[in-house]
Amino acid sequence: MSESVKLSFPVLADDFSHAGEASGSLKRTLKKLGIDMEVIRRVSIAVYEGEINMVIHADGGVIDAEISAESIEVWLRDKGPGIKDVELAMQEGYSTARDHIRALGFGAGMGLPNIKKYTDEMSIETEIGVGTTVYLKVNIT
Amino acid sequence: MTVKELANNINAKILAGNNGVENEVTCGYCGDLLSWVMGRAKESSAWVTVMGNVNAVAVAVLADISCIVLAENSALDEDAKIKADEHDIPILRTDIPQYELCVAIEKLLK
Repeated sequence: MSESVKLSFPVLADDFSHAGEASGSLKRTLKKLGIDMEVIRRVSIAVYEGEINMVIHADGGVIDAEISAESIEVWLRDKGPGIKDVELAMQEGYSTARDHIRALGFGAGMGLPNIKKYTDEMSIETEIGVGTTVYLKVNIT
Repeated sequence: MTVKELANNINAKILAGNNGVENEVTCGYCGDLLSWVMGRAKESSAWVTVMGNVNAVAVAVLADISCIVLAENSALDEDAKIKADEHDIPILRTDIPQYELCVAIEKLLK
């Protein structure tokens, strides 16, 4: 791959039936590009977690991805309420998801920790009342 | 072992995702919290759960899970069935309780 591939996917608020479509589309593109299957799996899981967070906690948002020969970088941007305590949100088991979300099988408090677990780099920029951007990077070895 | 062989061995019905029945199953995972499963299930797992919704199918697709096995006759939502067919994720169902089902699958995988 001489030039990087850039992709952008919208994520709709409160749309649990379509949650996973952005990460699914990204996964299909990565497969077509012939990226290593384990790398694809790591990116897919991390991006799905971010996508679900945008559906649950924010009013949706936009996922941008950039695929180069060296890495896959993804920015998950939302205009949601922001994260009050990032350190706490990064702890396994901590969740602010409400009961109806938990009934769907979410709210385990593993979303952000899973993103960290499956990526080589991760960072969170957040501002209360403005929104959150989660950045993640998986290296192609 | 393929998904089809697994289904035959545990007397499970295949409710969806028939195009994926030749998927290879190499290990198993059990759980109903989706992110927990995402974080820990290995690829090519048979995933035992009672969660038959569309989000469970999304998890299976993204985490390269070979099949979902619904224990204790748990319900499969119609939109989940459609999504499973679309993505070739086999969904099996049996009346066996979750714990016993895991034990049975583990014996088959050994």
